[in-house]
Amino acid sequence: MKVVGLETGLSPKQLKEFEIHVKANMKRAYFTALGLLGSHDLAMDASQEAFLRAYKNFNKFDPSKKFFTWFYKILKNLCLNLIRDNKNLKEERFLEFTCEQPASEDIQNKIEQDELINSLQQAIAELTIEEKEIITLREFENYSYKEISELMNIPIGTVMSKLFYVRKKLTQKLAGKI
Amino acid sequence: MINERFLFLMEKYFDDELSTEEKTEFENLLENNSRLKEEFIEQKRIKEVLKKMKLKNPSKEVWDSYWMGIYNKIERGIAWVAVSIGALIFFGYVAYESVQAFISDTETPPLVKFGIGAFVFGILILLFSIVREKIFTVKRDNYKEIQR
Repeated sequence: MKVVGLETGLSPKQLKEFEIHVKANMKRAYFTALGLLGSHDLAMDASQEAFLRAYKNFNKFDPSKKFFTWFYKILKNLCLNLIRDNKNLKEERFLEFTCEQPASEDIQNKIEQDELINSLQQAIAELTIEEKEIITLREFENYSYKEISELMNIPIGTVMSKLFYVRKKLTQKLAGKI
Repeated sequence: MINERFLFLMEKYFDDELSTEEKTEFENLLENNSRLKEEFIEQKRIKEVLKKMKLKNPSKEVWDSYWMGIYNKIERGIAWVAVSIGALIFFGYVAYESVQAFISDTETPPLVKFGIGAFVFGILILLFSIVREKIFTVKRDNYKEIQR
């Protein structure tokens, strides 16, 4: 039996609509949270909890606007709360090589690959929230500058400039390793 | 401060979206400014490293059960609302009937009646005080802007 939104007054049609939004955005929600939190479990909890909050406020969502842009604010606030409440957040391995990078049979290469991932993760972990956010959106999720500008509510020029300085910071942290 | 035009052209270069004119302009910029050239080489190197990496993707099963996880929580939330409303009505009725019976009871000595009344009144004041304190704390929460 399908439930309707008793708490929110959502009709079955709206619930179906919400389900479509969840299914279309669940991966980007999870990956955004993963980039910020660095933990699979926390990212899964944060993204699902954000969808629950979005459900409770779905009546306030303006359908003429993009769902993810509206949802992103809820997700980001939740991630910020989680970071604030878990000061000693333990990051897991959240990066891996892309498919184009064949898994090396050579043990030496494997060690080097592992070291590179660890160093990059460490460097990302040391970034500020805003820096993590922008690098995740652009480099790992391939959002356009316009989309990032909408999500972060900053001009496109600022997006480019921030990206430049974050990449520079990462290069400095990875000095001698890349 | 870094040259804005350089940033714009460099990002377009990374996205492979430079027009012929822009490509020439970008090459000229790099040729005539060694600092920009160094910055470009540095940015290109880190871009190449980042391009090799991606965020770990959970298994297919995780995605298959993702919506059900949310749906179950929604369903449980609705169940809790129904249970709470039901409990409120039931216990409200029980409390009303008990008070009625207590008032109309002639066998209980007045002193015991007064004692029970004072006890209940005290509990109610304690509850009211705790709730008021909670509301007071929430209103003065420095993080209320990020706690939604």
